[in-house]
Amino acid sequence: MQYPAWEDLELGAAITTPGNASNLKTGDWRSSVPVLDEDKCVKCGLCAVYCPEFCIAEDEEGFYRPDLYYCKGCGICAVECPKEAIKMQREGE
Amino acid sequence: MLSKEEIKFEKITAKNLPRESLISPGHRACQGCGEILAMGMVMKAAGPNTIVANATGCMEIVTSPFPETAWRVPWLHVAFENTAAVASGIEAAIQMLYKKQKIKEKPNIIAFAGDGATADIGLQSLSGALERGHNFLYVCLDNEAYMNTGIQRSSSTPYGAMTTTSPPGKKSIGQCTWKKNVAMIAAAHNIPYVATASPGYHLDLMNKVRKALAVDGPAYIQIFSPCPTGWRSKPEQSITLAKLAVQTGVFPLFEVEYGRFKITQKTKELKPVKEYLQLQRRFRHLGEDDIAYIQERVKAEFERLKALASLDA
Amino acid sequence: MGKRIGTEVSIAVAEAVKLARVDVISAYPITPQTHIVEDLSQIVANGELEAAFIPVESEHSAMSAAVGAAATGARVYTATSAQGLALMHEILFIASSLRLPMVMTVANRSLSGPISIWNDHSDIMAERDIGWIQIFGENGQEIFDLTIAAFRIAEDKRVLLPVCVNMDGFILTHMIEPIEVPDQELVDRFLPPFEPAMKLDPANPVTMGPVGVPEIYTEAKKQCDVALTNSKPVIEEVLQQWAEIFGRKYSLIEKNGTESAETVFVTMGSLGETVMTAIEELNAEGQSVGQVRIRLWRPFPKEEFKQAIKGVKRLIVIDRALCPGSTSGPVAAEIKALLYEESEKPEVINVIAGLGGRDVTRKDFKTMLDMALKGEFKDDYTIWGVRSHAE
Repeated sequence: MQYPAWEDLELGAAITTPGNASNLKTGDWRSSVPVLDEDKCVKCGLCAVYCPEFCIAEDEEGFYRPDLYYCKGCGICAVECPKEAIKMQREGE
Repeated sequence: MLSKEEIKFEKITAKNLPRESLISPGHRACQGCGEILAMGMVMKAAGPNTIVANATGCMEIVTSPFPETAWRVPWLHVAFENTAAVASGIEAAIQMLYKKQKIKEKPNIIAFAGDGATADIGLQSLSGALERGHNFLYVCLDNEAYMNTGIQRSSSTPYGAMTTTSPPGKKSIGQCTWKKNVAMIAAAHNIPYVATASPGYHLDLMNKVRKALAVDGPAYIQIFSPCPTGWRSKPEQSITLAKLAVQTGVFPLFEVEYGRFKITQKTKELKPVKEYLQLQRRFRHLGEDDIAYIQERVKAEFERLKALASLDA
Repeated sequence: MGKRIGTEVSIAVAEAVKLARVDVISAYPITPQTHIVEDLSQIVANGELEAAFIPVESEHSAMSAAVGAAATGARVYTATSAQGLALMHEILFIASSLRLPMVMTVANRSLSGPISIWNDHSDIMAERDIGWIQIFGENGQEIFDLTIAAFRIAEDKRVLLPVCVNMDGFILTHMIEPIEVPDQELVDRFLPPFEPAMKLDPANPVTMGPVGVPEIYTEAKKQCDVALTNSKPVIEEVLQQWAEIFGRKYSLIEKNGTESAETVFVTMGSLGETVMTAIEELNAEGQSVGQVRIRLWRPFPKEEFKQAIKGVKRLIVIDRALCPGSTSGPVAAEIKALLYEESEKPEVINVIAGLGGRDVTRKDFKTMLDMALKGEFKDDYTIWGVRSHAE
């Protein structure tokens, strides 16, 4: 990561680029990945409600899908899915 | 300030759930962090016209390591014990600048702090701000110990829990004191709104935030925030725990609206506390006697709460 | 064109804060600061100043609320003393590191223990390194003027730092003096409305006070250090403009007494006035004595100080605080470090005097000079006026 020279720091080292943490690929932390069974999914969106990464969003077909750039693989979505439509799978399997 | 007045607010339902996340992904919270999830829910309910004051703690650390911020709203971190005072200053400035027509609208002001920052080191500053009547919402994200510094006990750590400074041993059960009830302390300030909430009940949580922001004056919400790292629980069970804590009465959901107590959880018949305790290794050293003691006291406290609620029914 | 009134200096300070049209005052009472904040709350209660007065529950919260208000874009004032300043300690560093302009009066009082409500400089000397601009005033008019000027200095876009105005507790706070109070219109001309360089604003979200990871902490500190150092010419400029509008000129270092004085007393704060009368008498007696008053303590006006003591044989530096176990008192330590590289430097005698409200009189200064001339100061520093069996 490139850090600025002191002359280029904002006042008081403030950060003036809101939400730029979204650059960080926290998906690297993941050891398991959520896999959605579209047949079971009722598109209720509870997985998105309970995702602590705020990285599950509705796609064009109305399915809720995690952005794997951020998903840390905690597995809350799989546990909370009322239809058991999400399974956690070991990365690389 | 006992009053029969109902708080008017724009209700959130499953249909109109706010989707805009004001905390970006890419934050550095642990896997399955119930605290950041709760904070994200608060922010969704509050919306973008909000200024945040954040105490030192996990949430401050994971959202702001330079040069990246997860915050999409104006945010200020000053120190550990003073968030309520910082928010007081923000609020006083907003009121005055608005009065002098230097700003066009008054944003929401929310202070976030952990349980250590609230129940221990920041209790004086919180009490001062509540007593002075600043129009702001103070949210205590209660994960029941000093997680950021490595899981040390706070006065909000529950009885029997193992932490690094309340270790069980031959002569100790672990945490040997009962959890401090800061929501009741807040209520004793006779502020317009006090509530407890859990991310396991997201609509309840978000509507409590809406109510808290709708009142004119201070509001306090204590949110149960499961911490897999500190509780030695499975990350995927954070919401399970957030629900069980409520269903067992370990962390009952209630609100105090203009002085009127109301239990807001549907489960009035409590599940055994064991169901909750056994999912966390911080409690695994407890014997049946210990669990029976906790069960008895949880039940007694819930009965007291019901009695309080019946006063205003 | 203003008015000249006889008033307690604390009341005058409150009047200055009113004339500065502050938005937020956040303060907790502590002797001898109380009259300032009492009067300010009355001024606000009377509707004479449109400001929020936050009656916080501690000085820690006073400074914390001040930071919150300044970060929101308000013009902010607070005042404190001794234990109160010490309780603020943690947040003082954060106020400057966030680059937040604000003005604080410190009614200088000794730090406990033993508990003492009386005057010395031990409170502010424990806060030397907070990164604030620190000014010492000598009399009521000066404190009044510098209080208003402090806002202008703090808010200057080239500065953006908090400013602390020091006034000796009781000796100045509770003194009644004739003070020239200018018209609001004139003050408004000198001090335009505050335009924050950065603020908490939902329309333009900033993250203030992020985690200073090791890769950036040093740079963040460098920024503050440079800002403080570079504030010196701006302070001079602001004080020059003050002189042009109000006719009273304040320099960073003030010299007084014989032009080619052999011995020079160095003081900060109200003791300068006592020294002034003492050296008049001493010079009338044929001595060669001068005085240097340090008005700006942080950033330390290095060149100005060196210039002021050029050719002097001997400095008697009066410190009103102890640095236990150190080589000298804080002011003397500063001066000795400054002079180390000079090829021709004066002898530096350090006297710690006036601790905890102990009087320092003209006679004391005369005795000090006498002892200095006889070479009787043997130690690194001498605590003045200690009762002892050794005497």
